[in-house]
Amino acid sequence: MTSQWTIGSAIARNGPAVVRTGRLAQTVRWFRRGVVPWLWGLVFPAVLFPIWLAGSHWGWLPEQILPKPADVWGTLLEMLRSGELKAHTGISLLRVVSGFVMGTAAGLSLGAAMGLSRTTDDYVRPLFTAIAQVPALAWIPLAMLLLGIGETLKIVMIAVAACIPIAMNTRAGIRHVPREFVEVGDTFKFSAWQKLRLVVLPGAIPSIFTGLRYGLTHAWIALVSVELVASSEGLGYLLVWGRQMFWLDTVLVAMIVIGLIGFITDTLLAVIEQHLQRWRIDGA
Amino acid sequence: MALDATGSEVARPVAICRGLALPLGLLLLWEVSSHSGLFNPQFLPPLEQVATTAWREWASGEMLSDLLISLRRDLSGFAIGTGFGVAVGLLLGLSPVFDRIFTPWFNGLKQIALLAWIPLISIWFGFDEAAKIVFVALAAAIPVILNTLEGIRLTSRKILEVGDVFKFNRRQLIALVYLPSALPSILTGLHLALIYSWLATIGAEYFMAAGQGIGGLVIAGRERFEMDLVLLGIVVLGLVGFVLDRLANWLEYRLIPWGRS
Repeated sequence: MTSQWTIGSAIARNGPAVVRTGRLAQTVRWFRRGVVPWLWGLVFPAVLFPIWLAGSHWGWLPEQILPKPADVWGTLLEMLRSGELKAHTGISLLRVVSGFVMGTAAGLSLGAAMGLSRTTDDYVRPLFTAIAQVPALAWIPLAMLLLGIGETLKIVMIAVAACIPIAMNTRAGIRHVPREFVEVGDTFKFSAWQKLRLVVLPGAIPSIFTGLRYGLTHAWIALVSVELVASSEGLGYLLVWGRQMFWLDTVLVAMIVIGLIGFITDTLLAVIEQHLQRWRIDGA
Repeated sequence: MALDATGSEVARPVAICRGLALPLGLLLLWEVSSHSGLFNPQFLPPLEQVATTAWREWASGEMLSDLLISLRRDLSGFAIGTGFGVAVGLLLGLSPVFDRIFTPWFNGLKQIALLAWIPLISIWFGFDEAAKIVFVALAAAIPVILNTLEGIRLTSRKILEVGDVFKFNRRQLIALVYLPSALPSILTGLHLALIYSWLATIGAEYFMAAGQGIGGLVIAGRERFEMDLVLLGIVVLGLVGFVLDRLANWLEYRLIPWGRS
């Protein structure tokens, strides 16, 4: 149903699309779908940029509040050239990856245990749910008292942030494998192991993947928060440093990199997720 | 399977006993180890000390005033952000030109991790109440904008045709067709905004120079190494988030009777 509506609005927007074939028509279609949205998207910066330029040129606002566009550009180039940006980004990425791997391992095992065994679920889930109510961000001061402000703190916080959605979605995915599928397994006289490998896991994979996607997003947010609190390197540190020195250009560059990495990982995971959902039978 | 009024599962008695086992066991372990001297009581204060601190903070009225300050910050930011968000979402949903120009940018802004805005906002607005509210409002606005837009885009063509039949003018079309049709999606946005604005309130209180508020209490506790105060504050932060989320669930359930399944 959703796709029908989107097609409807697409027609409304682009006018009746006559189905044409041939080279020219293909180029026209490519131009409309691939290039025109970009051109529209550029209108806003095209209006904003001259205002920014004029504002900083005539000093409408102090430079700490609104730096010159050339300065931001210059800072970006300088940080790229000196390898500073690459180093900080690399450190942040390494932290996210190590925290995420640990969180994934914990989340998958916890979720699988809760999903497969009713008894484990009864014992563990209330406590887990209670802990999950408190956002990972809120735990930071407590974690700082217990773990200090070193690398352990960062990795643990990222792991915790990633673990929670992964565990919840893994549990839900296993629980919601349609009963009919399990019955098919029974008919084939599958052993418990075969049922797990051939029925439950494939059925749960889309949900598990959704959990991984949320987990990675949360891990990324957690990284920025811990780096804001206590860090001497990394993208979050760049933000804090830039703020302390009132170097708005550094702050902006760090924000852009954080946004870009968020965008790239999110898009990538969305594509993989769609791919994984494709085989699903809507019978449940 | 028994369901309660809001449609969630009613727990079986066995499950309740089992669910209590682990937390109670952990609390017992905590109590025993903090008294046995195995752990530095600074790291693991005995439970009665935490309870005493809780009572002291509550009785002196400090906890309540901190809580009210945090909630006011949260709700003012939420109100400003969602008001702005619904308006912008409507504008983007109803005007193809605005949609094409601005929507890609809002989608881009969404990608920047929320907390990464704090340094920029504190450069522009300082560290006082106004800056905190701006941050909370920003956190609330983004999901509302995107969900309102989504709701309007998904308005069924059939319902729009009914509007045509009635010869609705633009205002009637918005009030009688688009808004009701987009309501479930808008409410989802508001629900997300409620969660994010509480998260942003915590972030603002942690990172923008501690002032009053529950977050400020936690930070002060950390600086003075008062574990009991930190624990207490975190529990309150979690509880408030939980209550807000439940409240939103309940409201959503009430406001969209046709969405119940």
